[in-house]
Amino acid sequence: MIRFDYARPTEVSDAVREGAAEQATYLAGGTNLVDLLKENVARPTRVVDIGRLPLAEIGETESGGLRLGALVTNSETAYDSRVQERYPLLSSAILAGATAQLRNAATNGGNINQRTRCYYFYDVATPCNKRNPGQGCGAIGGVNRIHAILGTSPHCIATHPSDMAVALAALQAEVRVTGSDGERVIPFADYHRLPGEEPWRDNTLKPGELVTAIDLPAERFTQNFTYLKLRDRLSYAFALVSVAVAMRIEDGRIAEARIALGGVAHKPWRRLEAEEVLVGRAPDRAAFDAATEVLLDGARGHGANDFKIPMARKAIPRALEQAAAGTPQSQTDKRLA
Amino acid sequence: MPDTRHEPIRVGIGTPLNRVDGEAKVTGQAQYAAEYPAAGLLHGVIVSGRIARGRITGIDETAARSVPGVVEVLTHRNRPHTPWLDRNYKDELSIPGDPFRPLESEEIQFSGQPVALVLAETFEAARFAASLIDVSYEAAPHNIDFEASLAEKFLPSKKRNSYHEPKNHGDADAAFDKAELRHEARYHLAVEHHNPMEMHATTVDWHGDGTLTVYDKNQGSQGVQSYLCNIFGFSKKELRVVNAYVGGAFGSGLRPQYQVYLAVMAAKHMQRSVRVVMTRQQMFTHAHRPEAVYTVKLGAEPTGKLTAILGDATTSTSRFEDNMEDVVIWGMINYDSPNMKGEYSIAPRDTYTSADMRAPGAATGMTIFEIAMDELAYKAGVDPLEFRMINYSDIDAMYRTPFTSKALREAYREGAAAFGWDRRSPEPRSMREGRELIGWGMATGLWNAEFVETSARARLTADGRLEVASATSDIGTGTYTVLALVAADTLGLRPERITVRIGDSDLPHSQVEGGSRAAASAGAAVQLACQAVGAKLLAAAAKVEGKPLGDARSLEDVTLTDGYMILRSDPSKAVSFADAMAASGLDVIEEEATAKPGLGDRISQMTKSRNVHSAVFAEVRVDEDLGQVRVTRIVNAVAAGRIINPKTARSQILGGVVMGMGMALHEETMGDPILGRWMNHNLAEYHIPVNADVHDIEVIFVDEPDPEVTPLGAKGVGEIGIISTAAAIANAIFHATGQRHRNLPITIDRLIAT
Amino acid sequence: MSEAALSLANDPGREVASSAIGTVPVTLTINGQEHRLAVEPWVTLLDLLRERLHLTGSKKGCDHGQCGACTVLIDGRRMNSCLKLAVTLDGSEITTIEGLGQPGNLHPLQAAFLEHDAFQCGYCTPGQICSGVGLIAEGHARTRDDVREQMSGNLCRCGAYTNIADAILEVLGTEDRE
Repeated sequence: MIRFDYARPTEVSDAVREGAAEQATYLAGGTNLVDLLKENVARPTRVVDIGRLPLAEIGETESGGLRLGALVTNSETAYDSRVQERYPLLSSAILAGATAQLRNAATNGGNINQRTRCYYFYDVATPCNKRNPGQGCGAIGGVNRIHAILGTSPHCIATHPSDMAVALAALQAEVRVTGSDGERVIPFADYHRLPGEEPWRDNTLKPGELVTAIDLPAERFTQNFTYLKLRDRLSYAFALVSVAVAMRIEDGRIAEARIALGGVAHKPWRRLEAEEVLVGRAPDRAAFDAATEVLLDGARGHGANDFKIPMARKAIPRALEQAAAGTPQSQTDKRLA
Repeated sequence: MPDTRHEPIRVGIGTPLNRVDGEAKVTGQAQYAAEYPAAGLLHGVIVSGRIARGRITGIDETAARSVPGVVEVLTHRNRPHTPWLDRNYKDELSIPGDPFRPLESEEIQFSGQPVALVLAETFEAARFAASLIDVSYEAAPHNIDFEASLAEKFLPSKKRNSYHEPKNHGDADAAFDKAELRHEARYHLAVEHHNPMEMHATTVDWHGDGTLTVYDKNQGSQGVQSYLCNIFGFSKKELRVVNAYVGGAFGSGLRPQYQVYLAVMAAKHMQRSVRVVMTRQQMFTHAHRPEAVYTVKLGAEPTGKLTAILGDATTSTSRFEDNMEDVVIWGMINYDSPNMKGEYSIAPRDTYTSADMRAPGAATGMTIFEIAMDELAYKAGVDPLEFRMINYSDIDAMYRTPFTSKALREAYREGAAAFGWDRRSPEPRSMREGRELIGWGMATGLWNAEFVETSARARLTADGRLEVASATSDIGTGTYTVLALVAADTLGLRPERITVRIGDSDLPHSQVEGGSRAAASAGAAVQLACQAVGAKLLAAAAKVEGKPLGDARSLEDVTLTDGYMILRSDPSKAVSFADAMAASGLDVIEEEATAKPGLGDRISQMTKSRNVHSAVFAEVRVDEDLGQVRVTRIVNAVAAGRIINPKTARSQILGGVVMGMGMALHEETMGDPILGRWMNHNLAEYHIPVNADVHDIEVIFVDEPDPEVTPLGAKGVGEIGIISTAAAIANAIFHATGQRHRNLPITIDRLIAT
Repeated sequence: MSEAALSLANDPGREVASSAIGTVPVTLTINGQEHRLAVEPWVTLLDLLRERLHLTGSKKGCDHGQCGACTVLIDGRRMNSCLKLAVTLDGSEITTIEGLGQPGNLHPLQAAFLEHDAFQCGYCTPGQICSGVGLIAEGHARTRDDVREQMSGNLCRCGAYTNIADAILEVLGTEDRE
């Protein structure tokens, strides 16, 4: 771990000023950043501890949604009665991730800003374009069992590891950020980005911008939803493939559908065309398979992760079935619904 | 005299006793290697190399040395002088080859090799400075790909001491060729890393008077002591090794690991106390279970009676040492066949030397053989359990010697009954519940029952307290508690009056703790020492006025109960230990004894086989589409002779089963062939089972009296739990899905039906 | 090492605890005892406990939040102390295994671990017990499945999981044995 100086502001404006410094980084729960510091992957010269900022509340938005403060912990969010009643998909996805200890420390803002679990990214003795631009990608042609099958670039095949973010994508949340230019709101679909030519950029935050809240829209999807996660053991493992589904069924037809995939791309993977395929159709296997094909259009394996394509091809319709049937996946009973 | 004195104390061999070291462990008071304070302690952080093979061309230490608090950077260029000859570097379990010497030269032999040790006043300063060491290399061609390394496989002419040559019988090739039922398949087991929860660590307490205490994580304090003395020129009086608490090891502590070498080297160089703790990543740079391929060929009559067993296995090793395991012998020992042949070789690659990991050889070889047996059972159309009964051997089928005992039939019977095996539907994919396919599988486990020379001391004081001591270790195995029970049993004392001291090279001689032999060996030594104390007590009792015990001369003549010697022939006559000692003017009775295989034992060891057996039954539930496996039930019925502490022995089996689940479903260290480096070197991506993975596990110890195998009749239970658990699970997965998996672990990607 | 260098932010009315590279004053209440410390910002709570305060009951099993051996209770909630920079915890109350119970005066969960043989080598045990205490306080576990899932943040290489679940279920007062 390198040495850095430390600031602990108590107001957002102070934090943003501190965070504007070159090589400054924000620290909240620390569950990812401290790990990255120890691995010498994160090398800030200034750490701005935002843990005392007044961003730890869950409240109502003007439009009938919920505003999740950036510093509310993942546990507080998942077990919050308003979240559980109104956004059970989000609660389920959070509880599918990490562990009780980590969720108790990790914050909502930190969760969506966590970095990839690519082996090469974490190991400074190996090449990685995300960590050291221009170094090359070790995972392409290397050990890539956990890597992306969609939206990759020749420079990076890393995935985004968050479960929570997959649900937020399906729920069409918005990310509220504050920077030296003031506050702005980023639709969740535009928050994370694909690696492209700049794999070191995980998201569209500008330098120094701070996530202050995540807004959930009024639409709740309390009946037909699920978060289905497939992984290497039954808990405490990152998703190989996960599927968040939020659906509205009216008169036996799908009125609205949202599908987001985790573990397959550099960001939660959505294809609006796949969701449109479902609208107006009966929630049946044929419709689900059609949506699946659109979602996975262009999927490409890199050897050890080839299995993710058939895995996703089976998991997506299964998740759609779970959602349509109103039998969401339990995160405790490990039988797949 | 208390009225209860005639009540025999029930605490002894066979009592399910809570761990005597348990209170220390649940309160955080138990001290592990990195937890001993020492005055003026320096913290050492190891810098790991980047390349797999080649040499160091330069090391820039400037930035590291400028970090406040850094006092020294040791590399191959400035390290203190060490001996030249390999023999100085041999350890208790050395294997043929050149033992690894940390910081020896510029040569790089494996990725992650230590290239520098940074010493600083604080851990944080050392860690920071370590990140600033800039090493440049000249890389040489390397290979860590096991399949590629098979081109270089060979059988070493100089073999590891513990290796057992397979004994062939008949003409196995011909018998296989003409067998009506045949099975032939190649199986593979991935590299596994031990990953005990405690990382390898050493605290050297440099006393400043020429002596030092080395608190080290290992499985044998005296072996590490000898190793360090040979290299660094200390006498055993000067250098003491303590491993009182060991946070798991599973074989990774059988041989000294490089952090102890570096810590002692640094302490001697600096004349100061030093602590070196590996990182979890560095735990992937040394011992690991070898990768293995094993081709099994089985021939049988249409009834299922085996006529040919052929095995050909290769396991991985390094380029500098020839590690060997017994892989192919287990099926040959266990099953009756007139024709059998085993072949074995090792394949070198540019990694650290592979090492013994829980049930070395058998966890690989017996597990794989039992998957092959399952395959042939289906071909024969015979129930897998029945198939094993058809081929049951009452003698060791390879050595053709009788067993001291073999209650495997009983294990099969009791295990099957507990599991409900008779309700199994024989066809694959014939049992389901909802979207889950249910599979039931079983397998046979086989391990050695070992007994090695071990010494112990027993010391009884006039206050009625007993201390027993031996240099053996408790790596979670329950040794403390087992020895307390043996002592309690022998001298009729309550365990709370007994203190067990182990894990210290100053104590009476013991070999390294491994291979499931500590309980039987150290237990026998403690029993002998306690018996010697008992004899002294009895002699002392003769001086008690009135000689209440009359002419009792032998411990056979008395019952030892709660601090009293009671005459068997007349239980109204008794003498307390305290009175006996007082009458003879004794404050202390102290006896040391050595348990070792005697002449009769040695003859018996040549003419009889000594083995532990088990029958493992597994239920899995596999999601039909998504391949997610849940292991919902395991029954492991074990025949291991006499069980000294059923409570801790059960835990040993539970633990072996859980590790077997990891072998079946999770554990795989993946290497990047281009970089020559293990990539998932952390506990987030090297998956071991978590609590959610583990459901019902039932452990059964079948009755197996065996006074011949070891003095206590105990066979040891540390390894047997893991052996063939993965086979039972793999066989259950076949039964559930109809998919046969010959690569372990059976990860979810392998189960996704395409 | 430079002296603690607390600076004020530009707005004089507002104090921003800050330091150039050096130490930061931190007050922690650990097992009921207040500690006023000067700590470099890169020191984790785990290393502070183990190396500076000699509270070695909290274990380092991976140092990356991947094993749970370092679990302690911070303001009553279980967390991985290896991932917490000590400076961020100024004013917090921390309970480690040493604060739960001592030999002869065990916390009920410590006693249950002993009785159920819910450990072998003992290295993950303090973290398991702190985690179990946190689990019970959280109040989200009723069934054995709940306990298994909510205890999955604590690896045990000795494989004592079934006994760990038994111990926690006993203290929870739940008789869910499946």
